[in-house]
Amino acid sequence: MLADQDRIFTNIYGQESYSLDYAKKRGDWDNTKDILAKGRDWIIEEMKKSGLRGRGGAGFPTGMKWSFMPKESPDGRPSYLVINADESEPGTCKDRDIIRNEPHKLIEGALIAGFAMGAHKCYIYIRGEFYNEAMTLVKAVQEARAAGLLGKNAAGSGWEYDIEVHRGAGAYICGEETALLNSLEGKKGEPRNKPPFPAAAGLYSCPTTINNVETIAVVPTIMRRGGAWFAGFGRNEKNTGTKLFCISGHVNKPCNVEEEMGIPLKDLIEKHAGGVRGGWDNLKAIIPGGSSTPILPRSLCETALMDFDALREVGSSLGTAAVIVMDQSTDVIRAIARLSFFYMHESCGQCTPCREGTGWLWRIMQRMVRGNATVDEIDTLLELTKEIEGHTICAHGDASAWPIQGLIRHFRPEMEQRIMEYRKLAA
Amino acid sequence: MPKLTIDGVEIEVAPGTSILQASEMLGVEVPRFCYHDKLSVPANCRMCLVEVSPGPPKPQASCALACADGMVVKTNSEMVHKARKGVMEMMLINHPLDCPICDQGGECDLQDQAVAYGFDRSRYHESKRAKVDPDVGPLVKTVMTRCIQCTRCVRFAEEIAGTPDLGLVNRGEDVEITTFVEKAINTELSGNLVDICPVGALTSKPYAFTARPWELRKTESIDVHDAVGSNIRIDARGGEVMRVLPRLHEDVNEEWISDRTRYAHDGLKRQRLDRPYVRDAQSGKLRPASWEEAFSVAAEKLLSVKQGWKAALVGDLCDLESMVALKDLMGSLHETNLECRTDGAFYDASSRAGYIFNSTIAGIEQADAILLVGTNPRREAALVNARIRKTWLNKRVKVGVIGEVADLTYPYEHIGTGPADLENLIKSAGGFAAVLKNAKNPMIIVGMGAFQREDGLAVQALARQCAETFNMVREGWNGFNVLHTAASRIGALDIGFTSKDGFDLGKVELVYLLGADDFPMEYINPHAFVIYQGHHGDAGANRADVILPGAAYTEKNGLYVNTEGRVQMARKAVEAPGEAREDWKIIRALSAYIHRQLPYDDLFQLRERIAREWPHLMQIDQILPAPWTVFGLPGKVAGTSFVSAVQNFYMTNVITRASLTMAECTKVFLHHDVAEAAE
Repeated sequence: MLADQDRIFTNIYGQESYSLDYAKKRGDWDNTKDILAKGRDWIIEEMKKSGLRGRGGAGFPTGMKWSFMPKESPDGRPSYLVINADESEPGTCKDRDIIRNEPHKLIEGALIAGFAMGAHKCYIYIRGEFYNEAMTLVKAVQEARAAGLLGKNAAGSGWEYDIEVHRGAGAYICGEETALLNSLEGKKGEPRNKPPFPAAAGLYSCPTTINNVETIAVVPTIMRRGGAWFAGFGRNEKNTGTKLFCISGHVNKPCNVEEEMGIPLKDLIEKHAGGVRGGWDNLKAIIPGGSSTPILPRSLCETALMDFDALREVGSSLGTAAVIVMDQSTDVIRAIARLSFFYMHESCGQCTPCREGTGWLWRIMQRMVRGNATVDEIDTLLELTKEIEGHTICAHGDASAWPIQGLIRHFRPEMEQRIMEYRKLAA
Repeated sequence: MPKLTIDGVEIEVAPGTSILQASEMLGVEVPRFCYHDKLSVPANCRMCLVEVSPGPPKPQASCALACADGMVVKTNSEMVHKARKGVMEMMLINHPLDCPICDQGGECDLQDQAVAYGFDRSRYHESKRAKVDPDVGPLVKTVMTRCIQCTRCVRFAEEIAGTPDLGLVNRGEDVEITTFVEKAINTELSGNLVDICPVGALTSKPYAFTARPWELRKTESIDVHDAVGSNIRIDARGGEVMRVLPRLHEDVNEEWISDRTRYAHDGLKRQRLDRPYVRDAQSGKLRPASWEEAFSVAAEKLLSVKQGWKAALVGDLCDLESMVALKDLMGSLHETNLECRTDGAFYDASSRAGYIFNSTIAGIEQADAILLVGTNPRREAALVNARIRKTWLNKRVKVGVIGEVADLTYPYEHIGTGPADLENLIKSAGGFAAVLKNAKNPMIIVGMGAFQREDGLAVQALARQCAETFNMVREGWNGFNVLHTAASRIGALDIGFTSKDGFDLGKVELVYLLGADDFPMEYINPHAFVIYQGHHGDAGANRADVILPGAAYTEKNGLYVNTEGRVQMARKAVEAPGEAREDWKIIRALSAYIHRQLPYDDLFQLRERIAREWPHLMQIDQILPAPWTVFGLPGKVAGTSFVSAVQNFYMTNVITRASLTMAECTKVFLHHDVAEAAE
């Protein structure tokens, strides 16, 4: 279990106020100027040393991502940092608590990150439904501005920096980084084709880096304690650091908890979430990383470790580390069908496989819930997910395919049984 | 220059070329729906997926991926086929199986590609999506269940037409293409939506359910509804023109045509003159006559009226050959009272550089400052306007306007309304004058509105002075342009169908009208004898004493010189109705009746005759730069404002006036006589 002194988010439960005075007491904004004085290259180097991988789901190494930003602008285009606070993945609720209770970690991180990539302007795109959180964040930004931590001479560093908080309108797809940029520009939230990648042409066609809230919020602590400290956690050098896990579903104590990367899934649930409702043996399945990641049956949950590579080995993904626990009372087919509805409803509709496919999947899944289908259709369903996966502009198509693929991989007997039962009743 | 391998063949391409374009260069066909080489690239249909290495282990959209050095592309691998089949299946699940009643049938991209990538049966057992079809006006018919949401139409309306009326609303499987609160698409280029739609979602309303593409005889020809000389394909069945489609000519119309070009052809079936008529002396009414009688009556008058008291006018739609023949006919009678400027425009026709579009239409893209004088190009030449918009989109060309204020689909600076403002501009140093002065390739476009006034010659001189002041004419660049509105005009001016000193139409005793309808007939001496040769019963025929029925542009082979001075060849698609004949033949036949037989027996001999006197008119599709000489007549200009030569885009000549479709358009777009949705 992670020792208290190693926690980055010391106020994640909001025991204290989020405001600047309290944040400073907790160590935020402590000599930020000195960190910036060490220079861009040092910061990026330290990030690379820390081994931090993006916390938004895809897990791209953050230091490397920052290093893609141009060192200087030959054509006068500014660089931008955009922070993705459009946290909408079902099961995920970590960014929300960071903004609620630790906004200054995010703001300070934004300054350091923006400085490291030569940006003078940062946009935080926050989910529209997070009204109170947006208000908190705006207040925190105002506090920072008033205290001279942002502005012409941010934190006394001589670097001009400001943050703009932009509220979205509540579309899940706007959490996709390029759709987010379109939305931020006032266009329809439709993902863009890549390449060009945002580091080359992002917001208003200027070099842009988009990072998740958690990624940015851990930056100041990494800078203070050193990349090596952060890299000291975790199973190996590719899965380092601490991470906020969001545990929800059929557990006795649903919670957000900061833990070491690579903690066994079972430990995480037993130690922090009070165990599965009705005991571990009552567990049916777990979605380990937010709604888009494939479901794991109990047999795999026994030994699964919570990090990027370990979960990939068992055919799932860490995603945003949103652990959704389902006990034996769950109709797992119906649960996945509900996710299919979500992905159909949130598809932006611009590219064919996702626009047409997500609806088709949901309609078949609906019949699968009742058993009103044929066994062959399970194969058709799997084939359809393969027709969508990897053929779309953004990862929404993949995200709609994976839960169903996971279901068929692990619960096919249950699906077949449902069909047989329906047949019996119908006959 | 990136070098890559596509299907085992190596190719070197210019930087920025997409894989799809590179494949096309190699003759490798990549299926696509959303990609169109004149529009932006959304890569949303996902049909053009190809396998690219190095890269992620999934297929890539070839339309949006730029070629890079060392790429190995496979367009035919198993991965590619699987991906395309998947996409095709998705595309078809909500597409209705109504090909038998769909007008796109036979020329539908989806149909064609379904043959290559579709399954033989559907696995989709759910309900298909239903859609409401928006009414977007009298030209484009919508059947939105067929729509595959490729957004070509949205991009066309936004980028090429500059009228962002269409949009993709809602999201997910509920997305639909629609206009804002059900509104007609108000652009002169709306017919092109039908062409770019890869499926049957947008089809031609007037053409609906009339023909199948495989029944049509296709003739490549030239349009005469404006002076652009758009390249068209005339599709006919039997003796009837069923539709008109654009033909690619990058330097003239690219692959677009205006709605007048496309939809006015139904006017060819109404109000036609299909037999000769002679005005009865007793009743004063026109009565049908035989060709012999008509010729005899006309010949008798031609011979009896004294020299100097006869005149010939040619209208807007005449082919070059018939005008030359008429000139020769009048010449044989030593008659010099000839005129083609029937629109009342005064300009000096002595210098070719003074009346053609010197920069060429494609040359607009080189301009970095454009001054529009007395013209509304959107109405007068929709494709010239589209070219200006394209230039504005590409490099934000600065446009200034002296004339009417109108929505031209791009922003411009309104400098003034009349010739005095042009005078001031020449004198001033700041404002738009500075823009023109600092421009590398400045350009002036003078419309007919600037010349259709008493002081036309002075305005022409002023425009010339403007061109010289702002250094618009130099070696390799001529920025002086006149935008004409009549297809026949440049040809007529080139062959000198003008009178040097002018003549009084109110005094002459015989007038030969060759398709000349677009001027007030009261100008003609009420006692004059009028011979009308043309194809429509319009103003000229109404005034005529003898009517010689001619052929419309779809019914004869002929040459037309567009506003750039580009000679293009139109071809006969159908026969002229009834006893109507090709125009040069009528004149040639008439010449025999006045014992002055013209020395050509077929079109080739006539063209040889043209080539001898005007060799440049036989240089098909060539632009010969005109030498810059003095033209215009400096003088006092009036204070009145310029008025565009075309007020109603849909009604400009006899064909459009006989067209029901154009009448409907006038009603909807100009008079807004349409039921509106409750907001």
